[in-house]
Amino acid sequence: MSDTKHHPNRLGLWGWLGGGRWGMERYLYALHRVTGLGLLAYFLLHIVVTSSRAFGADRWKTAMDAVTGPLFKFGEYLVFVAFAFHAANGIRLALLELGFAVGEPIEPVYPYRTSVHVQRPLAIGALALAAVLVAIGTASMWLVD
Amino acid sequence: MSEMSKVTYRIRRYDPNRDTAPHYETYTIDYTPGLTVLEGLWLIKETLAPDLVWRASCRMGVCGSCGMLINGMARLACNTQISDLGTDQLVLAPLPNFNIIRDLVPDLMPMLSTHQDLHPYVVRDDVAEQEEPTGEYYQSIHDLEQYLQFSYCIKCGCCMAACPTVATDPTYAGPMPLGQVQRYNTDTRDGGFEVRKEAIAGERGPWRCHYAGECSRVCPKGVDPAKAIQLLKRQMVLDVFGLRAKKCPSKLVGKPKDAKRRNGIPEAPKPTV
Ligand code: SF4
Ligand code: SF4
Ligand code: FES
Repeated sequence: MSDTKHHPNRLGLWGWLGGGRWGMERYLYALHRVTGLGLLAYFLLHIVVTSSRAFGADRWKTAMDAVTGPLFKFGEYLVFVAFAFHAANGIRLALLELGFAVGEPIEPVYPYRTSVHVQRPLAIGALALAAVLVAIGTASMWLVD
Repeated sequence: MSEMSKVTYRIRRYDPNRDTAPHYETYTIDYTPGLTVLEGLWLIKETLAPDLVWRASCRMGVCGSCGMLINGMARLACNTQISDLGTDQLVLAPLPNFNIIRDLVPDLMPMLSTHQDLHPYVVRDDVAEQEEPTGEYYQSIHDLEQYLQFSYCIKCGCCMAACPTVATDPTYAGPMPLGQVQRYNTDTRDGGFEVRKEAIAGERGPWRCHYAGECSRVCPKGVDPAKAIQLLKRQMVLDVFGLRAKKCPSKLVGKPKDAKRRNGIPEAPKPTV
């Protein structure tokens, strides 16, 4: 086999989304990673902007002026939506990764009922919690002055 | 699908001696009720494409050789009825996340050698007893049920092909080897938790898994590696806080001393291994 050239076939990022008819947990997985990266980017930007205060009131005002306007407000709203999802799904993941809500080992009898089925109510609950947080955030950011 | 008379296979083909990249070829065969995807491949090989290559052996979901991507889903070809796919158009490709050796044959060696690295066997100090058993290790039915599900793994690699972490992270050990870590850690006859903890430390370990659950969804044996991995993480957290139950390794139950053989019952044959 050593003289055979193998063709690489790792899915890469496509593996987060595509490859078949997948269940909702795969999309929660991908969204959790994307929102996590988004929040990290926002966090770094936030540090850069607020650190301008250390260089005097003028620099602070310039920095604040640069991040106002409807586009930035919408950006902040997206950050909040990402936060709501990441937090709610994060609670679900913390519970799962501590071995809760996946069920006990069982004798597998066809058609198999796996831990994916057992944790599904938790996944739906996490999405509902995220939706409630987003609704509250939407109301306070856009509707209530 | 009851009136289906033909079935079309679009197969991703690659011959390292001829091709620079994989490409698809299409074959149409007669459909007969009960035809599995694997039997269809044999028909194609016998009548249309003698150079088509795949891997299979038991043709009954036991050996784990015939894992492939069938209409986008990692499954066993022998275990998949064409009628269950709900279409007469099949698209076949080798299991993703493994290099392609040829046509539908993936290189499973990286998975198997990681598996080997993680001590997938009962680890104990009493080596002499294991070489020349004088009795049996104690294990209750309840103890057995804690790992039996995970021991059904046939190392087909379908879970590795479905896992999004494996798709982007070549250092991650993946659901098959990690599922087997939990299988042996949970076995009350085993005392290998510490050596396996070393073996799965860092990037390759279970903390790379964020419960996409796909491994469990595709597993053709109901092994539920996603469950095994989360239970493994729980054990590791409990271990950090010194709360992990240490009931392993279980004691040897010697042969009963005064028992007499009943008349007519022959001696067991000598062990062969
Ligand atoms: S866990 Fe299931 S899918 Fe993965 S290798 Fe074992 S039998 Fe195959
Ligand atoms: S549950 Fe973990 S191991 Fe299984 S597919 Fe998801 S990320 Fe991979
Ligand atoms: S041929 Fe053995 S599992 Fe399919």
